Amino acid sequence: MFDFSLFTNWIHNLLSSFMPEWLTVTTECVLIGVALLLTYSLLALFYIYFERKICAAFQCRLGPNRVGPMGLLQSFADMFKMLIKELISLNHTDKFLFALAPYLVILASMLAFAVLPWGNGLQIIDFNIGIFFLIAVSSIGVLGILLAGWSSNNKFTLIGALRSGAQMVSYELSIGLSVLTMVVFAGSMSVGDIVEAQNNLWFIFSGHIPAIIAFIIYLIAGTAETNRGPFDLPEAESELTAGYHTEYSGIHFGFFYLAEYLNLFIVSGVATLLFFGGWMPLHFPGWDGFNAIMDYIPGVVWFIGKAIAISFIIIWFKWTFPRLRIDQMLSLEWKYLLPINLFNLVLMVLIVVYGIHL
Amino acid sequence: MVLLSIQNSTLAIAAALTGIGLVALALWLAGLISPRSFNPQKGEAYECGIPTRGESMAQFKVGYYLFAILFLMFDVECVFLFPWAVRVKALGGAGLVSIAIFFIILVLGLVYAWRKGALEWK
Repeated sequence: MFDFSLFTNWIHNLLSSFMPEWLTVTTECVLIGVALLLTYSLLALFYIYFERKICAAFQCRLGPNRVGPMGLLQSFADMFKMLIKELISLNHTDKFLFALAPYLVILASMLAFAVLPWGNGLQIIDFNIGIFFLIAVSSIGVLGILLAGWSSNNKFTLIGALRSGAQMVSYELSIGLSVLTMVVFAGSMSVGDIVEAQNNLWFIFSGHIPAIIAFIIYLIAGTAETNRGPFDLPEAESELTAGYHTEYSGIHFGFFYLAEYLNLFIVSGVATLLFFGGWMPLHFPGWDGFNAIMDYIPGVVWFIGKAIAISFIIIWFKWTFPRLRIDQMLSLEWKYLLPINLFNLVLMVLIVVYGIHL
Repeated sequence: MVLLSIQNSTLAIAAALTGIGLVALALWLAGLISPRSFNPQKGEAYECGIPTRGESMAQFKVGYYLFAILFLMFDVECVFLFPWAVRVKALGGAGLVSIAIFFIILVLGLVYAWRKGALEWK
């Protein structure tokens, strides 16, 4: 497998050959920032196009097909449209909080995005508590959404933000517990270690039944966490116009839109990392020839491919299930997913400690 | 595994600054090229064409608070379970017994909330 750290070390050596250390670190941080910024925005634009095409296919439409070949440039056109729209300043808003909210939303998804493992040696932040850090920073996003709804001084946004807050904090619990189940199995919280541990077999195959239950719960909770699919009642168009970002205009609205699609990628990326081996190619113990062939496909392709496949399932949910009511949504989490998750955790602990194979 | 020989906390700060930079950059760009026009109607809150009545920063349903408090309880539980989860194999049976006591108390908390009707949306 190609080790990306060869390339990064080459850059590091090149820079440090003619620069003092502090300048090298600063330059590298700037380079990483630019790379992050480009990946983040390009991926979000791609995801907007991807979702629109899939939704169109589900409804027997064509979807965007006029701007560029197959409508590929549609989301770029949308981005420029948002940039040239006026940023309307409202009379009765809390100006400071209104301006702060998009920063928090983008900050949360950017930090979570930086933790994802893209390939062999291609991971920006690798804390030894990586997955815990990811859960911690992604919950900052709830704050942004609550502030956006509250500061807009509008009834639609207030109800949208409260629903969104209740939903996101509730389902964060399920995400946390299913991640915890996999941390018990992997024995480490470091993203790099979790990926390395799946060298022989992905956790979804080697983790017995608890891993499969954890994956299903994670998928449901992840859909709710991104305010999508059957859980889109924070921005239910028919009752709340656009939910918490009703009062935002132009690029201000664009930030929420961007973060929403990036969160879809992050949720799929974390599912990939925990259950489908991150950037690790499909390996089966004993199948040496097969494993060697799979190694020829680069890790980045594996990671993005698996993440997109999971995103496809999440988008599929949206066109399969009707929207839930808020009481149904909360009882699904607290009365079903949470007890199942706690039971599942106990099962996984028994497997890990006593080696009981189910 | 790490990308470069820079400390992780530095990289986390760099990523955070990138996020802030993205928003600031796009807002600056939008401020340069977006049009500005004044109309007193524009400053009004959006509401189906009718003027809004009263303040919107008002009291809301207490049920949301209830779920926030329940979340707090279980999230703190999660925080305490994570360090144990990493060492679960090394701690073995003794660790299992002590965490089981903690776990049962929290499950009792959930059962209590359930019996009290805190999980009903009324």
